[in-house]
Amino acid sequence: MPKDGGIGSSPKRREDIRFLTGTGRYSDDINLHGQAYAHFVRSDVAHGRILSIGTEAAMAMPGVIRVFTARDFEGAGGIPCGWQITSRDGSVMQEPKHPILAEGKVRHVGDPIAVVVAETLAQARDAGEALEIEIEDLPAVIDMRSALAEDAPLVHEDLSSNLCYDWGFVEENREATDRAIREAAHVTTLELVNNRLVANPMEPRVAVGDYAAHSDESTLYTTSQNPHVIRLLMGAFVLNIPEHKLRVVAPDVGGGFGAKIFHYAEEAFCTFAAKALRRPVKWTSSRSEAFMSDAHGRDHVTRIELALDADNNFTALRTETLANMGAYLSTFAPSIPTWLHGTLMAGNYRTPLVYVNVKAVFTNTVPVDAYRGAGRPEATFQLERVIDKAARELGVDPIALRRQNFITEFPYQTPVAVQYDTGDYHATMDKLLEISDHAGFEDRAADSRARGKLRGFGISHYIEACGIAPSNLVGQLGARAGLYESATVRVNATGGLVVMTGSHSHGQGHETTFAQVISDMIGIDADMVEIVHGDTARTPMGMGTYGSRSIAVGGSAMVRAAEKVIAKAKKIAAHLMEAADSDIELADGRFTVAGTDKSVAWGDVTLAAYVPHNYPLEDIEPGLEETAFYDPANFTFPSGAYGCEVELDPDTGEVTVLGFTAADDFGNVINPMIVEGQVHGGLAQGIGQALMENCAYDENGQLISASYMDYAMPRAADLPMFRVDHSCVTPCTHNPLGVKGCGEAGAIGSPPALVNAVLDALHRGGHRVDHIDMPLTPARVWTAMQG
Amino acid sequence: MEMTGSNQIDADPDRVWAGLLDPEVLKSCIPGCTEMTGTVEDGYDAVVVQKVGPVKATFRGQIRIEDIDPPQSCTISGEGKGGAAGFAKGGAHIVLSAAEGGTRLDYTVDAKVGGKLAQLGGRIIDGFSKKMADQFFECFKDRLDAAAAGEAAGGDASNATQNTGDTGGDSGKDQEAGDGKRRWFGTRPAG
Repeated sequence: MPKDGGIGSSPKRREDIRFLTGTGRYSDDINLHGQAYAHFVRSDVAHGRILSIGTEAAMAMPGVIRVFTARDFEGAGGIPCGWQITSRDGSVMQEPKHPILAEGKVRHVGDPIAVVVAETLAQARDAGEALEIEIEDLPAVIDMRSALAEDAPLVHEDLSSNLCYDWGFVEENREATDRAIREAAHVTTLELVNNRLVANPMEPRVAVGDYAAHSDESTLYTTSQNPHVIRLLMGAFVLNIPEHKLRVVAPDVGGGFGAKIFHYAEEAFCTFAAKALRRPVKWTSSRSEAFMSDAHGRDHVTRIELALDADNNFTALRTETLANMGAYLSTFAPSIPTWLHGTLMAGNYRTPLVYVNVKAVFTNTVPVDAYRGAGRPEATFQLERVIDKAARELGVDPIALRRQNFITEFPYQTPVAVQYDTGDYHATMDKLLEISDHAGFEDRAADSRARGKLRGFGISHYIEACGIAPSNLVGQLGARAGLYESATVRVNATGGLVVMTGSHSHGQGHETTFAQVISDMIGIDADMVEIVHGDTARTPMGMGTYGSRSIAVGGSAMVRAAEKVIAKAKKIAAHLMEAADSDIELADGRFTVAGTDKSVAWGDVTLAAYVPHNYPLEDIEPGLEETAFYDPANFTFPSGAYGCEVELDPDTGEVTVLGFTAADDFGNVINPMIVEGQVHGGLAQGIGQALMENCAYDENGQLISASYMDYAMPRAADLPMFRVDHSCVTPCTHNPLGVKGCGEAGAIGSPPALVNAVLDALHRGGHRVDHIDMPLTPARVWTAMQG
Repeated sequence: MEMTGSNQIDADPDRVWAGLLDPEVLKSCIPGCTEMTGTVEDGYDAVVVQKVGPVKATFRGQIRIEDIDPPQSCTISGEGKGGAAGFAKGGAHIVLSAAEGGTRLDYTVDAKVGGKLAQLGGRIIDGFSKKMADQFFECFKDRLDAAAAGEAAGGDASNATQNTGDTGGDSGKDQEAGDGKRRWFGTRPAG
């Protein structure tokens, strides 16, 4: 056995040694010889016409190298959108141009207008103040309903309206769903808001462009979750640089949560400017810039109706959602409220009819795209909230109502296109009730009452789709990309391995978990395995890390490549031991001829591959290196039961989260410690959304929550000790590791559990409150209590 | 944000009106105004130094007096750019009416900020705007009250403008005294 145990053990994260000792290498740590600094001058109005940009005074400032405006990018393309949605009427979505720098109009606070490049950052900033920018204010559209009004100002005047698309899913089910709702014994209706969030990774975005004149090669160092995607989008659609002349490197990435998936203007700018100026050009986002230039998340307004028959079986579900796109379409924005949201609306339940309508809306706000969970938290929130409300209206136990409607047979074809391969929802529910000590809740509630407080328990049972995604399927759904993953396993002569994966860690610990898998497969120590990622010059074309896909898709590609390596190594071993290939077994780092005591070490075989003196050269090539591309057959479907216990101070409306329990089914688990860490982080973000985080615009489109003074991030003291369990395992049936993915679950399952808990507390205190929109700040809770 | 208020001033509407159109009065009553040049007809160029929450900025911009309907109503509006701090703009619609013993001044103020000011100081903008408006109208009332009182006392006041100018001189002396104090304390070793 390898000394650190392989799959299922919890070695400490090897990358943490450098992260915790300050020796990590993040993009901002990259400083190139002769580097100049870019400062983006951004719009401080939400909507306006650019009348003039006077650059003379700025150009005369000390240290200024050049001032760039939209005029410099006349030959460049716009920032592309990677997913096309088709509306109910068959028309394709309205897709406005997204220029690198604002052309003619600014469309949100933070929209870049000009860039000053100077010798130092301070000089660039000073000169930015000397730019004479004249903007004529235009009325801004901020609220989605107003944006859809007939006479609303247009965010894009070349579009017919502010409606991006009007999507219906499944359109063939619409009439049947309407009829089932009309004929239902009971219909529960709920209107809710999924609040806009800012991802706030600890490391802000950075771009460093470099150009090598001798080879005509451009290099971009960037904070990206998917460097190959950036290379493809920026090279092919924006700057017209062939991929073989463009390298994109994303070194250590300090958190992303989705916001670092997308191709951003700053990346294209720095790459372009480095070539134009023949100097490296660096941009590092300030925290204020991050608030108004990183893609935001969520921002849905939904009306949901759940129909039940006389026996409380769910018969139909219908939703109408407005989804904010912001001012431009970010890379994957159109797919989030549609395919990543509508396909999850069946949840864990046997609802035969589901119809989802989503209208995506342009507004004068920062573009909105994927944020941890991306569409699935929105789906789960609606569903798990409306079920709780239905249970209350019908006077039944919300847990029993869920259990009664659970899907219990697999595979299960939902009415919303996807097919769940495995799951056991009763098992996770049972586990949750056990480890949250649900049986003791009434005693604890009595204790709270005795202290003048209100205690509540809330539950949610989520499902999500991870491991995105089968390429042929997403192609039919409008994706302009394939969603396979790749890996090259290179074995060195002395037996060590380098795995070059298209997945890219932005904090998940791939260097540890991926090495564990290889270590387990070969039976060698994990420290013989090096994981390389985040560099298009070193790894095969990969699609990157998001949608909890790394181990399920990237890990599978790695397993496939390692299987090829092992198959070839067995042939070499068979030759060395003069045995048949089929008799060779590999365990604990040794090849053995089955049923004999003949064996040869892993290292002897790898050496033979590169020093092929005694080698079957007529049958196989020297060397030991294989590449695999893995395209998943289906999504994976993690699920779980989440329980939240809160105490509420009726005098102030303040909510304290006393307990939070997560019982997840992630399929097989590679490293339990890392999985727990992922769930903890997801829970913190989900509780943050439910309790305090909120991205707010005023009616003029000013972003008034653009610093940590006004955007409340959860802190350790706001969170309880989590109880996390992943012992309920139904392995994924279609990937080699039987894994499902765990990165987003915490953020998906927790908001409805928390809101349900607060409403439970309120009802126990005699306050008949049906719903409170997130975040449940003391002011909102107290106001709701006053009726 | 929008807010309304009213003041009772001891001078008659004609005097109050003259005060509104007097650049010296405006300059001394706009909080933080350090420079103001121009005319009522063409508008004024002004420099205002203000601190909003954590953001201190020098705003350069224009002040215009519009919708002039003497001696009853006008709108004083201003717009200033504070560089990296963002922008501030706003207006005050002022209506004068004769009231017992003087003039009633009603105002409706509307203010907007953008950029860093909104991002960092957004939640305190309402309070800040109210404070700015209160200071302006309080100062304006004080000056005209003082002028009216001076006149009642038989002082040489051929017009209100002259008098308010004098009052401005007084406040200038206060300022000097303040500077003196600052100099005095400034001699203490730092820390």
